[in-house]
Amino acid sequence: MKVMVPVKRVLDYNVKPRVKADGTGVDLANVKMSMNPFDEIAVEEAIRLKDKGVTEIVVVSIGEQKSQETLRTALAMGADRAILVVSEDKVEPLGVAKLLKAIVAEEKPDLIILGKQAIDDDNNQTGQMLAGLMGVGQATFASKVELTADSVTVTREVDGGSETETLTLPAIITVDLRLNEPRYASLPNIMKAKSKPMAQKTPADYGVDVAPRLTTLKVVEPAKRSAGVKVADVDELVAKLKAMGVSK
Amino acid sequence: MKTLVWVEHDGATVKDATLAVVTAASQLGEVHLLVAGQGVDGVAAEAAKIAGVGKVYVADEAAYAHALAENVAPLIAGLMADHDAFLAPATTNGKNIAPRVAALLDVMQISDILSVESEDTFTRPIYAGNAIATVQTKDAKKVITVRGTAFAKAATEGGSGTIEAVATTGDAGLSTYVGSEIAKSERPELTSAKIIVSGGRALGSDEQFHAIIDPLADKLGAGVGASRAAVDAGYAPNDYQVGQTGKIVAPEVYVAVGISGAIQHLAGMKDSKTIIAINKDEDAPIFQVADYGLVGDLFKLVPELTGKL
Repeated sequence: MKVMVPVKRVLDYNVKPRVKADGTGVDLANVKMSMNPFDEIAVEEAIRLKDKGVTEIVVVSIGEQKSQETLRTALAMGADRAILVVSEDKVEPLGVAKLLKAIVAEEKPDLIILGKQAIDDDNNQTGQMLAGLMGVGQATFASKVELTADSVTVTREVDGGSETETLTLPAIITVDLRLNEPRYASLPNIMKAKSKPMAQKTPADYGVDVAPRLTTLKVVEPAKRSAGVKVADVDELVAKLKAMGVSK
Repeated sequence: MKTLVWVEHDGATVKDATLAVVTAASQLGEVHLLVAGQGVDGVAAEAAKIAGVGKVYVADEAAYAHALAENVAPLIAGLMADHDAFLAPATTNGKNIAPRVAALLDVMQISDILSVESEDTFTRPIYAGNAIATVQTKDAKKVITVRGTAFAKAATEGGSGTIEAVATTGDAGLSTYVGSEIAKSERPELTSAKIIVSGGRALGSDEQFHAIIDPLADKLGAGVGASRAAVDAGYAPNDYQVGQTGKIVAPEVYVAVGISGAIQHLAGMKDSKTIIAINKDEDAPIFQVADYGLVGDLFKLVPELTGKL
């Protein structure tokens, strides 16, 4: 069984984003970039499924040349092979989903595991869009995955609790935070990953139009909260709460 | 412009999240609602009374009972032949369904909007709410999810929508609902609570979380939330999580107890009207957004606060 895992290079989650003064976007020059945390969980899940009949894991990234590093990280974790679709221009989730669909047509994976959202654009769309384009089942926000030869049963995190669904394969899963704890790549595995195959493609190779549909007119910082005060003790806090009418 | 709003419901009543979406949709034009489910006449009747609603489409079929995206998305895509925009709440169900609809229509979705600037221009948060982007769409049809806390809720009375049954699209045969475990709680739902008391990792254990947080929440009639660290450590269930990847809340009062204030947590609560922080570390980032901060040991201060309220 073959599994495909799309991964994205994003601003590291610990870095506080800085909005550019000219309002064109967030400053990504000279800041630490890493694999989107949800994608790490997706890669980890694919590797864990290797005991359950998964024979090959193909990781895919769409983006700038430097996304190679992200793919190497996934290879060092345990993926077998990588495909990089180079686009120095930003590709929107719809374009990514269309490219992934074209790659799926070539690779024919049985299962595609994605992160539930990328922490830069916070869109939460790509997996669902890919499932829609492919006409296959989708299980979003997965917190548990049980794979059999022809189906997958997924427990999903939903508002108020959890929900379980069974999908026939091929299918799409998007993963939530609590699905697993991703492993660290060991130094020997990082060295080994350097010799694993990585194919380089472009959107044109797949004949997919990735022209953006949305135009970002401006990016601004959110409204700042006015500075608060420190209260000396509980009595003062109680007085403030009473003044707000929260407590009588 | 004609808009179609997907009504989130539990089979019996319309969920609050839908009301904020109706407000957003009314800023774009004529509001039509879609109630899809099984045995949903009551929900449709309730939906028709929402202020400002024109038509209420009802799709009653077993395939829609659990809001499976594979079955609901084709129904919505079909109805979009007569509509210019589709709006859904940015809840787990809305986020699950809307992008699939967008793909079927070949349009880019605009996620989690904070405001409607014009017919084709919207604002939305990116980078965990650390930046607000204004985006304009070139797509003829718009697919949008709406942040519930960013729009006022439409009134649940005063509307006179007309109810119309629509042809159902059947079961796509791709997915099967197995079951669900919904946490029972007497407390107000997090996303609609006026007051929220949230606990973090500093609570130390499941027992202490309940022993410290619950009495204060009960005293204030508040909903209970948690930071990711508290959820990961098993002190609180997953659906308590407030933050970029959990729930986005904007109550009147948010009390953060033992929460340091990582950017991912702030993304979920920094639009609260008043933020109160109780933390022993006076340099914790939470104090940079808190209106009232109390520095000290939460195990001493919180019971004292509960006692004095």
